[in-house]
Amino acid sequence: MPLALGTAALVLIALLSVLAKPRLETSLLPTLRMLPARMWQTPEPVLVEGYDPGRELRAEQRARALLRSCVNEEEWAMYSELGFLRVPSTLEDRACAYLVYPHKPVLAYAPGTGALLEEYCIDFPDRTRPYGSARLPDADDVLAKWIVLTNEERSLIERSNMHLPGRQIRVAEARHDLLRLARWEREHRGSRERRSRRADNVHAL
Amino acid sequence: MKLLRVKPGHGDVVLAEGDVAIPEQHTQLLEAFRRELDAGMWAAVPTGGGAGRREAEMVKSFEEIPADAERVIFFPRAAGGRR
Repeated sequence: MPLALGTAALVLIALLSVLAKPRLETSLLPTLRMLPARMWQTPEPVLVEGYDPGRELRAEQRARALLRSCVNEEEWAMYSELGFLRVPSTLEDRACAYLVYPHKPVLAYAPGTGALLEEYCIDFPDRTRPYGSARLPDADDVLAKWIVLTNEERSLIERSNMHLPGRQIRVAEARHDLLRLARWEREHRGSRERRSRRADNVHAL
Repeated sequence: MKLLRVKPGHGDVVLAEGDVAIPEQHTQLLEAFRRELDAGMWAAVPTGGGAGRREAEMVKSFEEIPADAERVIFFPRAAGGRR
């Protein structure tokens, strides 16, 4: 009896899989086939005619010097050590801060909880395309975002394409950056206090 | 005063330099400023915000530039990025 039931079940499964095969092929399989392609596809390298790594490096050095001359000491230390800037929101209706990365979206987060809020995708493309590329050096891109965020935050929010977190900056990466930032701020605050105490002692002498 | 423009492959480039108090140089600076705005650039003047803060004030006309400004930075207008 169990043998007969088992055989019947096997036959039924085989029959159902034969019947379901065309439906699976038309609906589910293409989606499954596309998934790995989307997940693992690496972007094609953009080959720009006349690309010169030495020139780009010099441009980046100039851009870093310009950024350094515009932001304060702490912001510069943050950018040079962590690779991004943190800019607090000045809008009354938004209790958030932004992480400003070069050539990545501006990421809004809640400083109190560390919750990731939105990604604001914004570019500063130079349409004159000197040397064939509209892409500013990294530090110039950060400088442009910093200028617009500190002057016209509302305008930047309205001009950019807004997405939920995770669209271009991986959530795990963003959370890791927030942890790095918190650690960096603790260390930075500690060294600033030590410097200040040393200065007080010198004055007292 | 220096007018600088950030450019791909260059970093910042000096477009014009002069003293706004000298009429001839004022005219050159004004013309260069207008040329960049007409080309769709945005302009900002870096300033010390006080208490260790630094700022850059965006300006839309030559008259808005503070008299003691040393630099005006031009950068491309913002556009919505990747959708």
